[in-house]
Formats: sequence, structure tokens, C-alpha cells
Amino acid sequence: MSARGETRLWIAQRASAAVLALCVVVHLVVIIYAMRGGLSAAEILGRTRGNVSWAAFYTVFVLAAAVHAPIGLRTIAMEWLGWRGRSLSIAVHLAVVALAVLGFRAVWAVFA
Amino acid sequence: MMRSDFRARNHPAWWAFLVHRLSGLALAVFLPLHFLVLGQALAGEAALDGLLAWTQRPLVKAAEWGLVVLLAAHLAGGLRLLALEFLPWRDWQKSLLAAAAGATIAIGLALALAL
Repeated sequence: MSARGETRLWIAQRASAAVLALCVVVHLVVIIYAMRGGLSAAEILGRTRGNVSWAAFYTVFVLAAAVHAPIGLRTIAMEWLGWRGRSLSIAVHLAVVALAVLGFRAVWAVFA
Repeated sequence: MMRSDFRARNHPAWWAFLVHRLSGLALAVFLPLHFLVLGQALAGEAALDGLLAWTQRPLVKAAEWGLVVLLAAHLAGGLRLLALEFLPWRDWQKSLLAAAAGATIAIGLALALAL
């Protein structure tokens, strides 16, 4: 990839990291709160069903993760597997789409 | 090019790098499964509860705890990297590694208490 492309990915990775840092702090608090006494679907869905604020939060969370994780996996694939070129680029794009689709599906599942 | 051997790597910043990379890898593998489990709510509350009941097994619970600790470690290590890259250098930045490790342990213990 061109130097400009690498720079754009570097920026995207840091920008998504900054968003994720905020999301993950909230997520960790919710996890520790929610796991007291075990998880139940009623408890989770009671929090999320029809709640636009949580849906918006998780939508941003999914978007940032769908950008961040594939860029990180790409770096690992290049450095540890020596994978480069067009096939890697296609795989990374597919990973972004797959994570976004699965993530939005999950957000919808607990909201609707 | 000479390959760096273990002696060259065996210092705190290299271990921080390795923890960040392996935790990121594990989280990336877990993320689609996490989404699929939550997607079970589409099939109704009972379907989601069926999967959640499975997560009450001790081994699965231990694995969950491990994943949350990895998330905490990746968060703390990532904040350290952002501070290193975007803040002007200060002497206290050397302490960021210790702060990141401390934050990870604190979150791990908090969750252990909640389990």
C-alpha cells in the first residue's frame, strides 16, 4: 500500500482507538455491574429494549470496533504472516463489513 | 538483517507490545462470537437465556473473566500508546507501563468480586 494509504490507516486506527477508549470504559462498568448475580436475558433486554440511548451508544461502539479490529489484524497478518498485497486488502475490507453487519444485527436484536 | 534474540526483547516495553498484540488478537476473534450470541435475542428471550445459561459453567465463566481482563489490558495499553504518541514527552510517561498494568489488575479484581 502507498505511504498515504498507510498514513490514513494509522489515523483511522488512532481515531477509532480514542472512540473505543470511551466506549470500553462504559462497557467495563456495565459488565461488572451486570455480571453481579449472573447474566439473564431479561436483565439485558430490560436495559436495552426500546432504549435509543443504548442503541446509539452500541452503534457507535460497533462502528469503531469494525474499523479498529481489522486494521489491527492487518498489521499482525503483515508482520507475523508476511501476508501483503491485494488479497490482504480484500480480506481486511471483508472483515470490516462482516463485523459491522454482525454488530448492527446484535444491536438491533437487543433493541427491537 | 540480524534477528533480535530473546535478550533484546526481554524488557517491559516489549512485553507490553506482546500483551497488546495478543489481547487485541483474542478480542478480534471473540468479537464475532459475542455479536452472534447477542443476535440470538432475535429468536426471543428464551433463546438468549439458553446461551447465557451455558455461560454459567465454571470454565466458561473463567474464560469470560479472562476476556474482560484482556479487554482491560488492551484498553490500558492502548491509552498508554496514545499518550506516548500524542502527548509531549514527560518523565512520567515512563510510569505509564506501571499505570496500565495497575489499571488492568484493578479491573480484573473488580470483576472477580462481581462474579
